[in-house]
Amino acid sequence: MLKISNLKKSFRLPTGERMPILDVPQFNVAAAEQMVIVGRSGCGKSTLLHLISGIGTPDSGTISINGLDITRLSEEGRDRFRAEVMGYVFQTFNLLQGFTALENVILGMSFGRGGTDRDRARDLLRRVGLEHRLNAHPRTMSVGEQQRVAVARALANRPKLLLADEPTANVDPANQQSIVDLIRETCQEEEISLVMVTHAMEVAEQFQRVEPLEKLNLIAQANKAHA
Amino acid sequence: MSIWQIAWRSIRQRALASSLTSFSMALGVLLVTAVLLVYGLVSKSFTDNSDLGYNMIAGAKGGKLQLVLNTTFYLSEPVENIPYTFYQQFLTKQQQEEELELMKPEKRGELTDGTYAKNTEFAIPVCLGDYYQNFRVVGTLPKFFEEFKDYDTDEPKYKFREGRNFEVWNDEHGYFEAVVGSMVAQKTGLKIGDTIAASHGGDPNDIHTDSPFTIVGILAPSGTPNDRAVFVNMEGFYLMSGHAKVEDTEEVGANVTGTTISRRQPLPIKQREVTAILIRTSDPFSPIIIKNRVNEGNVAQIVMPVMEITSLFELIVKPIQTLLLVITVLICFVSGISILVSIYNSMNDRKREIAVMRALGARRRTVMGIVLSESIILSVGGGILGWLGAHFLLFGASPMIESQTGVQIGLFDLAPLPRKLEVLIPSAIIENDWIGPLFSLELVIVPALILLAVLVGFLPAYTAYRTDVAETLSSSP
Repeated sequence: MLKISNLKKSFRLPTGERMPILDVPQFNVAAAEQMVIVGRSGCGKSTLLHLISGIGTPDSGTISINGLDITRLSEEGRDRFRAEVMGYVFQTFNLLQGFTALENVILGMSFGRGGTDRDRARDLLRRVGLEHRLNAHPRTMSVGEQQRVAVARALANRPKLLLADEPTANVDPANQQSIVDLIRETCQEEEISLVMVTHAMEVAEQFQRVEPLEKLNLIAQANKAHA
Repeated sequence: MSIWQIAWRSIRQRALASSLTSFSMALGVLLVTAVLLVYGLVSKSFTDNSDLGYNMIAGAKGGKLQLVLNTTFYLSEPVENIPYTFYQQFLTKQQQEEELELMKPEKRGELTDGTYAKNTEFAIPVCLGDYYQNFRVVGTLPKFFEEFKDYDTDEPKYKFREGRNFEVWNDEHGYFEAVVGSMVAQKTGLKIGDTIAASHGGDPNDIHTDSPFTIVGILAPSGTPNDRAVFVNMEGFYLMSGHAKVEDTEEVGANVTGTTISRRQPLPIKQREVTAILIRTSDPFSPIIIKNRVNEGNVAQIVMPVMEITSLFELIVKPIQTLLLVITVLICFVSGISILVSIYNSMNDRKREIAVMRALGARRRTVMGIVLSESIILSVGGGILGWLGAHFLLFGASPMIESQTGVQIGLFDLAPLPRKLEVLIPSAIIENDWIGPLFSLELVIVPALILLAVLVGFLPAYTAYRTDVAETLSSSP
């Protein structure tokens, strides 16, 4: 499903120097596999997700999703690919405040070729237990409810790959487990590959495959050794 | 969900700011539409009325424009009179005999073909100076309602809603028959059979109660100044006290006070005067010939109404309209700037939303399109509001405008195209009753607003286009 090889990324510092942040020789995720990447803050977890999603571009290397190397696509091609193949759950939910819960979910299927399906949006909200909050605006919803809407939105376009960036970081412990369960169950039902990034070990321990970024990323290994 | 729906939700989210910016645009468009509409309809009214069926006006020497305004539009102060004998110069001997046969003046003198008779298709005298309430009284001949024809159908230009044309002599009413315009009937409640007495020069203390006219006809609305005029038989007009030309001799034969209608004697020719003569020449060269000859003399002057009206518009009305248009367009532009400021100021708050949409797969040009759509919705929405506001406002004020200018304004009457632009469109389209009126200057408003919206929306849209998704998503909300 996802094959990464020799992926390198660096950032330009204000001084003009380039600071390497990622060097991942090999990283694969099978179809419908659920895995988690753990690591301390600032070690490049979010950057890795941005590269996989095509939001950012690597300095070198390849990222193949379903056999297509997205690093060879134009920005517009990557946008379209993301709209049709990927779902994204953010740490801070990032719901659009002017939109209702239902509209936020519909927005998740608005940018691909498939068109919008209001019934699917309703169904997803029902599955996350929010059938009674369809027309509620994010500001009137609890943190847990907002993250459920965000999960429903990420699944709206029937993705093949779901990227979840610290989805439980801003959620209270009571809601944390239900969010994780919700993501895992839905991915299982719809045979979606899941790459979750977290620093919460109680979440990571629930996954069969847990990859510390320090193990995947040569830069992180070097930094650790240097420290 | 289309980009329009997304844009609309964003506008809704900032309801107060959006309403205010849209309202300022509405105000600008209201003013532009009102200026276009009033100018267009007044211009059309003037132009249409200059095509009443005559191409020259003869009147006393003096202000040309005043003569036209007074004679064609019943505006401005009444002008001096010219002798009736001058009017006869536009008639053949036979025409003079026929008219005098009906009028039966005591002294008619020797008749010969008028100097300009061979250059004249018809000439109609009008006598002005009296009023019925606020409406002008026009003394004229029955041919006023017979000679003027519709250019396209050759039907009489003025039709009667009720009754008939007045007669020079009627056994029942004598010389005192009148026809009233549609608006006069509507405003005063006058009906067939009612009698009216005119006041001299509009003086309420100087009413010709001795010479009441009986209404025998009410005109159908024509959208011309004739809707707000009272037409009386010229012979009756002459018989009202004070209308005989004062002469040194004792040759006054029309002391009508205390006499019955049937016993009153028409004025002698020498005592007769007319205010103006409406002339239609027989060929294209005659206007120049008549104008040169008449203007060389001391008796009268000839003016071309179309020329005077055009110069009035070019010299006075058009610059005012241009100035008003410039001001109102500037207001629209300022409203556009306020839309720019409103959207641009919101961009900082919305950076994250844009980044989220991009992360969900929206392309750069999609988010740019969303912001431009917002600008277009605010501009066009405000524009439509302003356009409707202008039409409702002017429709509400139409009774006042109509009474002041004679221009009737329907709720959705569109500002007509200027003649210069009208000629660019095939006449079959322009003259079509359904499609023709749609060719309006107001149609320019919509594309102009969209253009303005795109211009003012471009900067915030470009900001959205340039949003760094990864950086924005990585930053704290």
